[in-house]
Amino acid sequence: MNLTDGTARKLEVRGLSFAYEGRPVLENLSLYAGQGEFVSLLGPSGCGKSTILKLLTGILKPDSGEILVDSCRISEISGHFAYMPQNDLLFPWKTILDNVCLYGEIHGTSEKTRKEALANFPLFGLGGYENSYPSALSGGMRQRAAFLRTALCQADILLLDEPFGALDVITRSEMQDWLLAMREKLNRTVLLVTHDMDEAIYLSDRILILNPWPSGIVDEISINEKKRSRDWLYRQNDLRRHIFSKISGSAGRKENTQ
Amino acid sequence: MKQHHHDLIPVFFILILLLIWEGCCRIFKIPLYVLPSPVQVFKTLLSELPTLLGHAGVTVLEAAAGIILSLILALILGILMDCFPLLRRGIYPILVVTQTVPMIVLAPIFIIYLGFGITPKILTVVLMCFFPIAVSFSDGLEQVDKEYVHLVRSYGAGMWKTYRLVKIPAAVPPLLSGLKVAATYSISGAVVGEWIGAQKGLGYYLLRVKNGYMLDKVFACVLIIIFLSLCMNGLIRLYQWAALPYLKQK
Repeated sequence: MNLTDGTARKLEVRGLSFAYEGRPVLENLSLYAGQGEFVSLLGPSGCGKSTILKLLTGILKPDSGEILVDSCRISEISGHFAYMPQNDLLFPWKTILDNVCLYGEIHGTSEKTRKEALANFPLFGLGGYENSYPSALSGGMRQRAAFLRTALCQADILLLDEPFGALDVITRSEMQDWLLAMREKLNRTVLLVTHDMDEAIYLSDRILILNPWPSGIVDEISINEKKRSRDWLYRQNDLRRHIFSKISGSAGRKENTQ
Repeated sequence: MKQHHHDLIPVFFILILLLIWEGCCRIFKIPLYVLPSPVQVFKTLLSELPTLLGHAGVTVLEAAAGIILSLILALILGILMDCFPLLRRGIYPILVVTQTVPMIVLAPIFIIYLGFGITPKILTVVLMCFFPIAVSFSDGLEQVDKEYVHLVRSYGAGMWKTYRLVKIPAAVPPLLSGLKVAATYSISGAVVGEWIGAQKGLGYYLLRVKNGYMLDKVFACVLIIIFLSLCMNGLIRLYQWAALPYLKQK
């Protein structure tokens, strides 16, 4: 499978519940992401957004509910998902090229993955850094390398867990512009977890707003703008206000009921 | 440049100490069997060098065999303890206790059980070297960031690939720290084993010349032991420098 020739698949989650040490984190959560759709999960820190991605990857097991990819039920770690955690998690002992080829190394397709990776190094702004170690790269470059590693997984759905959360504001904006340009080329279904409203508005086809524990979806916003730019983003005050009211409203309701 | 100045400070102090030592021996005319002067030790070292090197070869062989065996055992036990936490809880305290038993007590027992050959000396080295290697490797495995493990597992890696790709490489820097300590101990371990009962080796030489009150030869032998211990430590550092280039970039 070519990196820029991915097979987008639809994802469906039905009635997902999960408790950590007896405390409910997710309760009867359902969501849907269409083929090639970019969906953001937006909510305050600690509301269980990352838990959803870990349940999808199979690292955690749900207490109840089901996960379906193209209507097929997934119950274990599957090849459908490529997970990118918040920290770049590049292995310091591997070169950037070896890092981005991790999936190929695990599945015995190293040579093929290396060719694909080398072809995409310039596209990801990593040209010339193939044999460097992660410590030699800037934060933004490390995130791009982590993103290339995720994109090189033979998976149909990308799960991005606050991928730019650890970066400074300027680098984060650059990376968001870069991802916006890349998303058409990737042709994958993407589930992005973020607590950054602007990031969600700028990148997503649809935003799902989560409330704090136990998490559930309180609102869903579709964004149909095709030509997005920073100027367009700065004008989205009404949308920003609406999202904020939903997040703060749900947080307030939770506090009152506790 | 400033770093080089700092490196010279201990050399400077050693030179001053040697000068004081030499001066005291000459001024107070201290006899050789009480305290040889540095110049006498150096002259003896040069004259005894062929004999010392012959004994050193045996000691280095025992030390190298002991440290390799310790490394293999530590790697196996470290992985087993990481796989089975119950085993770790059971064995870890025993490992600590083994270090509290004086080696000088155990070495004669090994000779009773295993004879005067090379085996009891290697076992003495193993008992001295195994602990720092095993503990550093085991702690290294335990401290691996779980997020790395989750990442490779989400990519479909099984247990063996998780160890090969994440856990073992992540535990290599702490393992090397333990190995450096162990390598420095290894020569002393072999010497202790030889001291109790041997026909060759620096420990045997040391015992012989000590019994003859040839303290210049004792000191010359000690210098060789120090040199070899530093060489063993240096070998591990050399391996780290050559095989783990990412540590140089930190």
